[in-house]
Amino acid sequence: MSAFLEIEGLSAVLAGTGARLLRSVSLAVDTGEVRGLVGESGAGKSMIGKAVLGILPKAVRVAEGAIRLDGHDLLAMRPADRRRLIGSVAALIPQDPLTALNPSKRIGPQITDRLVDILGWGKADAQARALELLGEVHIEDPERVIGRYPHELSGGMRQRILIASAFAAEPRLIIADEPTTALDVTVQKQILKLIGEMQAHHGTALVFVTHDLGVVSKVCQSLSVLYAGKVVEDARVADFFAAPRHAYSRALLAATPKYTDPAASLQPVDPSVIEAVTAEVAVADREWIHGR
Amino acid sequence: MLDGRAAVRRRINARLWLSGGWLALLAIVALLAPWLAPKDPLAQDLFAARLPPFWMAGAEPGFWLGTDSLGRDVLSRIMHGARIALAVALVAGIATCLIGSALGLVAGFMRGWADRIISRLVDIWMAFPPVLFAILLIAVLGTGLHSIIIAIVVIDWTRFCRVVRAEALNQSAMDYVASAKVAGRTRLSIMVREILPNVLPTIVALVTLEMGIAVIVEAILSFVNLSISTDAPTWGGMIAEGRISIHQAWWVLVFPLVTLFLTVLSFSQFGEGLKDHFDPVLR
Amino acid sequence: MAGNGSATNAPGHLPLYQVRGLKVALPDLAAKPLFGPPPRIDILTGLDFDIEQGTALGIVGGSGSGKSTLGRALLRLIEPTGGTIRFAGTDITHLDETGLRPLRKRFHMIFQDPMSSLNPRRRVGAIIADPLHLHGFDRVRERVGEALDHVGLGRAFAARYPHELSGGQRQRVGIARAIALEPEFILADEIVSGLDVSSQAQVLNLLERLVAELGLTLAFISHDLSVIRRLCSEVMVLHRGQIVEHAPVGEVFAEPRAAYTRQLLDAIPLPDPDQPGW
Repeated sequence: MSAFLEIEGLSAVLAGTGARLLRSVSLAVDTGEVRGLVGESGAGKSMIGKAVLGILPKAVRVAEGAIRLDGHDLLAMRPADRRRLIGSVAALIPQDPLTALNPSKRIGPQITDRLVDILGWGKADAQARALELLGEVHIEDPERVIGRYPHELSGGMRQRILIASAFAAEPRLIIADEPTTALDVTVQKQILKLIGEMQAHHGTALVFVTHDLGVVSKVCQSLSVLYAGKVVEDARVADFFAAPRHAYSRALLAATPKYTDPAASLQPVDPSVIEAVTAEVAVADREWIHGR
Repeated sequence: MLDGRAAVRRRINARLWLSGGWLALLAIVALLAPWLAPKDPLAQDLFAARLPPFWMAGAEPGFWLGTDSLGRDVLSRIMHGARIALAVALVAGIATCLIGSALGLVAGFMRGWADRIISRLVDIWMAFPPVLFAILLIAVLGTGLHSIIIAIVVIDWTRFCRVVRAEALNQSAMDYVASAKVAGRTRLSIMVREILPNVLPTIVALVTLEMGIAVIVEAILSFVNLSISTDAPTWGGMIAEGRISIHQAWWVLVFPLVTLFLTVLSFSQFGEGLKDHFDPVLR
Repeated sequence: MAGNGSATNAPGHLPLYQVRGLKVALPDLAAKPLFGPPPRIDILTGLDFDIEQGTALGIVGGSGSGKSTLGRALLRLIEPTGGTIRFAGTDITHLDETGLRPLRKRFHMIFQDPMSSLNPRRRVGAIIADPLHLHGFDRVRERVGEALDHVGLGRAFAARYPHELSGGQRQRVGIARAIALEPEFILADEIVSGLDVSSQAQVLNLLERLVAELGLTLAFISHDLSVIRRLCSEVMVLHRGQIVEHAPVGEVFAEPRAAYTRQLLDAIPLPDPDQPGW
């Protein structure tokens, strides 16, 4: 039995220069599983989510590898079929709730339009579904909110609406791309709990992209640590925080401040660790070039 | 680091060289027109009217691009026309730029009542149809080169004002401006030392664009016979004349039109190229 | 509500900052009616506190708490609508730019976004030298070099442009610019929130060292209590324009008094799958 989402040996390059952005990334996310993708900026964590959803920037090209969604090899499919498959089984929770909603449309249509126009739902069904979803994400008085414009709602409310919208068509895979980075910690906690709750309730496979190891420890069951587009560690969350295996993972954990433990001085990531992991990446690159 | 910047730079350079080359050639021709031009641009010769360009049957040696219906040499008229076109472009472009940018910078950075006055003025200005405005102005000022230049400046300063104001507004919100304030700079010096350099590339792109527009406006006014005396060789005037004899002598219309087109295109491309060239992030 | 944590007022002793009844209201452009002036919203509603010489004060709060507004009022980038701010005994509440200029070399600021706070068209050396020139310092080149050494970048960086640097390096340039003036007070506004954890740790360690070495007084604005715990000696918690708690850092973390502080602490996701309350 294979996992719902399987990525195998995925490499992506920047068109024109050939610079590698993803380096033979392999990972799997099963139905009902939450996998964190962690790394610092530029590590390629968002790129993986974009590759799965088929929304890579024009300048980025997949060089090799396979992405299997529900057993279908996405990269081998015709673009139209691929779009249809992704549209029916996958959804995105974006990073910035302020720009992810259309400012000139009311909340209701922003949730229902996709159901009606693309999935062919009846208007009344879609409306009922939207109300039900807003209730699920704990928005009080959904009938009123549905007629509001985005700018009339707080950041936390908007993120709840985006979550409701992502779950609207019962997707089997959700990619959440730094969904709480723009929010206050107190709101972040509510949103993280909500995402966890929705995911458990719907049994969705969830890929959670974040730079925050604290967040990973709260919502994920497994994680992939990325450096320069390469997965340096793939582990169960409990195992990872008990004993991270890779030197870079350990360094990352040591550099994260913890208010409960002020005595432990912050360890900036040691240059030797970076050198070592960079060398590792270079070796992999050489093998990759020879293999072609 | 490997990235796309080298490719971008090459494209910018090609654009700069091509457009700059054409403009430089035009400038040399304009400066030296009295010596370079093969014929007198005003000399009429009704026996040599509508001679075709040199590669066609019936061409006369010396009249490279043919003659118009009064027997005047097209090439010489284009070369002399370049003098007028470039003079208008330079003077009107720079004057428009100075006035519009200064007002835009003050409005965008100082805000408050200065911004309110300038912005309302721009709004009122933009409500006038520009061509009608120009014709009215020329009617008041009388025809002539200086009237054309004044008309262009009076009409087009709003273009600079709007764009520069918006850009200055953007830049004012940046923390480096707050930081200069923390450091103790006066408002005037923040405007000149911090904001202006960051708005300058936009101004440069606009000023060359404006020069192109000035060339077009001059041509339009010549076309409707509101420019300088009808005899004088202007591209717009030549196009107007060529239009009448398009079926007998297409060259009278086409050559000045192509020159005009290349010149205006070069101005805008040159400006864009310069803007990117001076962008430290792309460089 | 405004519990004052640092009540060591010996007679004749003067805190660096004395803030009394500070109010700031800003026009709310989002709610501007079609005609007429926009309504004003109260951002800060009467704050009282002192900042003693040599403290590292952490100012924490959610978005909309007014913490950045407070910082900008302390440096007089905005003018308060009420109350007084005294800096080293001088009332600066309503001083104009000319009156503020001599004081501007005594307090300085490091900004949140290192990219937007460094003029993209100027080299690092010129950026750091600028305030020095303005305040008539001598040996400017020398001081720029020293500042760059202090923040661990090295003098060669003076010739670079901001866009050629990484986020962490840019933030160090911001720090170098602030310390070059040898100010008494530095305000740091969310200076690590845009950085990766590895550069964040470097910048925090650097700041901690500089505060100790140069005897600086620091106000460190952040939404992240873990970072404040690491760096500061006192914490002030802001919520909706009011101080809900102001106490030495140990006390706040050991037994937070305000309900909002407890909420904040509970909400921090620690990198630990067994954190209670989650």
